[in-house]
Amino acid sequence: MTDESIFVIDHSRCIGCKACVQACEECGTHRGRTMIHLDEIDHGPSGTRQTAPTVCMHCTDPTCAEVCPADAIKQNEEGVVQSALKARCIGCSNCVNACPFGVPKMMSEIDLMMKCDLCLDRTSVGGKPMCASVCPSEALWYGTPDEFASGRRGVLGSGFVFGNQAVTTKVRVVVDESPGPLDVLAGRLAPQQWLDDPFGLEEGA
Amino acid sequence: MARPPQDAAALTDRYGPHRNDAPPDGWQSHEPVDRQVKTHCCFCGQQCGIILNVADDRVVGFEPRYDFPFNEGKLCPKGVKRYLQDNHPDRLVEPLVRTDTGFSAASWDDALGRTVGELRRIQAEHGPDAVAIYGGASLTTEKAYLLGKLARLGLGTRHIDYNGRLCMVSAGVGYKKAFGVDRAPNPWADIRETDVVFVIGANIAECAPITTSYIWRARDAGARLIVADPRITPIARTADLFLGLRPGTDSALLSGMLHHVIARDLVDHDFVAAHTEGFEAAAEAVSGQTPDWAAGVTGVPVARIEQAAEMWADAPTGMLLHARGLEHQSKGVVNVSAAINLALACGRIGKPGCGPNMITGQGNGQGGREHGQKCDQLPGGRNLADPSHRAAVAEVWGCDPDELPQPGYSAYEIMEAIERGEIKGLLSICFNPLVSLPDTARTRAALDKLEHFTVIDFFLSETARHADVVLAGSLHEEDEGVVASAEGRVLKINAAVPPPGDARRDTDIIIDIGRRLGAERYFPFASNREVFEELRRASAGGVVDYAGITWERLEAEDGVFWPCPDEDHPGTPRLFEDLTFPTPSGRARFVPTPWRPPAEGTDGDYPTWFTTGRVVSQYLSGEQTRRIGKLVDQYPEPLCELPPRFAEQLGVTDGDTVRVTSRRGSIELPARVTATIRPDTVFIPYHWGGRKAANQLTNPVLDPESKIPEYKVCAVRVERVGPGHPVTDERDVALTAGPPDEEVTPA
Repeated sequence: MTDESIFVIDHSRCIGCKACVQACEECGTHRGRTMIHLDEIDHGPSGTRQTAPTVCMHCTDPTCAEVCPADAIKQNEEGVVQSALKARCIGCSNCVNACPFGVPKMMSEIDLMMKCDLCLDRTSVGGKPMCASVCPSEALWYGTPDEFASGRRGVLGSGFVFGNQAVTTKVRVVVDESPGPLDVLAGRLAPQQWLDDPFGLEEGA
Repeated sequence: MARPPQDAAALTDRYGPHRNDAPPDGWQSHEPVDRQVKTHCCFCGQQCGIILNVADDRVVGFEPRYDFPFNEGKLCPKGVKRYLQDNHPDRLVEPLVRTDTGFSAASWDDALGRTVGELRRIQAEHGPDAVAIYGGASLTTEKAYLLGKLARLGLGTRHIDYNGRLCMVSAGVGYKKAFGVDRAPNPWADIRETDVVFVIGANIAECAPITTSYIWRARDAGARLIVADPRITPIARTADLFLGLRPGTDSALLSGMLHHVIARDLVDHDFVAAHTEGFEAAAEAVSGQTPDWAAGVTGVPVARIEQAAEMWADAPTGMLLHARGLEHQSKGVVNVSAAINLALACGRIGKPGCGPNMITGQGNGQGGREHGQKCDQLPGGRNLADPSHRAAVAEVWGCDPDELPQPGYSAYEIMEAIERGEIKGLLSICFNPLVSLPDTARTRAALDKLEHFTVIDFFLSETARHADVVLAGSLHEEDEGVVASAEGRVLKINAAVPPPGDARRDTDIIIDIGRRLGAERYFPFASNREVFEELRRASAGGVVDYAGITWERLEAEDGVFWPCPDEDHPGTPRLFEDLTFPTPSGRARFVPTPWRPPAEGTDGDYPTWFTTGRVVSQYLSGEQTRRIGKLVDQYPEPLCELPPRFAEQLGVTDGDTVRVTSRRGSIELPARVTATIRPDTVFIPYHWGGRKAANQLTNPVLDPESKIPEYKVCAVRVERVGPGHPVTDERDVALTAGPPDEEVTPA
């Protein structure tokens, strides 16, 4: 089905502005709490910074749910992995520790694990998630595969290998060439030559 | 003497900046909303569409506005959190007058009576030009128009100028010289169509964030990206080519590129011959500015300069985007001319995906400079010094052309005249010079010398603390009118809520002042719409023609690009499509760009280059954004970006306190050691006042043509003071930073 919308992350587009972080907490189901992580990454030998937004990847077989001793984390029919059920969550943080992407957040003041639920209140009625609505760089993007193919470059991957663990996700990531799986621990190098010597110190004026 | 009536701590305690951390009723899920108002963001020149959620006549939240074509729902963090400037504890809700012990509430009659009485007294004693008006480019175009009329026909002073003088006036002068019109030539949709994007002196990701998506879409379609900047800005991280030039050397880089384009015969000779003039003189001016020479001046390797020139010239189409980095220099106009020359030499104008384009910074930076609040300008982009232009506007205004004063001082020159004692009275709106003008100490001393100072504002800014009268005006969402975005697209701003308490709409305040000055017949307006209708007529026939624009069209058509001379005209998204230009010859003009170094060079005492700029979570002088808690948390205080090798020489590690000193002043702040800045340069963002003001250091020398100050380059000395505190990292950890220490108390 190409008319079903997909969530796409393209890390190379991220400008680190945090519009996603600020907008996430405006979402009606968890207003005041942001579920997005925005990490700064030292990039290449010169230490130039890159930033990377992380939303829940909505794994096909979610590790967080597998390790939950209270069976509090549910996946809906569309494969969206939800925040822990209030009535069941015991605040043990197993999910926080186990998630390969580091997504769930333990909200200690309310003793509940919360995480990105793909803005179910919006996406379930045909809307877009808040973060992918506002993202100025379209690093976070939501639309149909056809829409992606008509305007965007890059191959979509949804497989990841973390050492011995292989994970498949509902959320797609833009990769350069083959659709994966992406070996996360192997890392990838920036392609631009100038990054080795950004200010031309070795090259000489 | 316009000195603050209380010490800084007492004023901060009462008037802020305080943080607003939550919506008026707290963080409620699915809060009830009475109505949703389609309007635009109050901040930068991108003018993103936004929907404000209103409950009980309070703005309580926002929704992305997907139907507005420019941003299609996108917003930066400032836009997301802009609604928190409403219901703010610091909001001024009544007029204030200064007493010996502090500000006290006054009636509108008393406050306005004092303003008008004092301005008239000063004029009676010292002449009409002893008072001045400061305006701003966050105002709607109607307000800017009214201010121009107030200066010329209400007060009868020559001296009115605005904070856009600190923004893109170098671009305005450069584009008028080349094309006869001061507007970005292309709609932003053209960026997506182009084959090469060349960004110079523009931190797009932080200062015009939505433009990022246009550039990335161009790259999706195969475009290449060249970025020239002293810092590896976020947009540069993945650029095809990065030119890390020394601050203040932009024209050398661009002239070196033009030299290479000419030497390799990559010039579009047919275009140059048919549609331009002055090429030979421009070529002669760069004949000595070879890529080798430019490499020495800019610090950019010669191979990269040549590669950039070839990448630019060889592509079928190209867009050259520039902003304050190019313009905030004592040779800002020369820099802009050098950019335009490079575009013209390759025929990059008047076609899809082709053009040099300024990225105007302020919300109404475009509209605010079109209709008369500039010191030399009348509505319709007309010249105040031109007899036929004066006659055209005088006819609409119903006055004798001789009643109109001649051009007066620009913004910084007004402050210099205040310092000299020549200007003794000031009416200011939407301008915070104590944070935004260069050389803060000098500005503070000048403000203290004013005999009378009235400020119209919604918060008590650093500058307003010096006022005799503070008139509680309106926020963006409390008034309606039009603005023009960076694209030259005129847009309708809609009011979402009324002003709180006794605060009044800015328009009503300006009209009231005009009437109290005895100019009732020039201020007959009963509504903002009536102001706009007169503005349309006053602009008719000018370069900036709004005659065909109506509020209804703006709503129905998602804005209209000027010029739009009649109601059947579709507007003009792309200028110069017929390759004729509103210049005397109808041709575009090359302007020679001889090299001129920055006004201040480095030496033994001040060996390091200094530059300033912005961060994504703060806006201009921070008057609004330093009061929004979530934006404060994102970048709580200024940090000095310092390159690693230099930091090592100084013995500075990340977070240490450093002292940065220029010939004007000194600032102590935490160091942020980063490899993203040139090895001979340090950077401080300028959004803060008092001891945290980067403008304590900057050089107030002006461009001789545009009168823009040289914010982007001066010489400093950096020293380690000692260990500081851990630098607040921009990660999503819970931050507990309190309100920043704002103001230094003058003894």
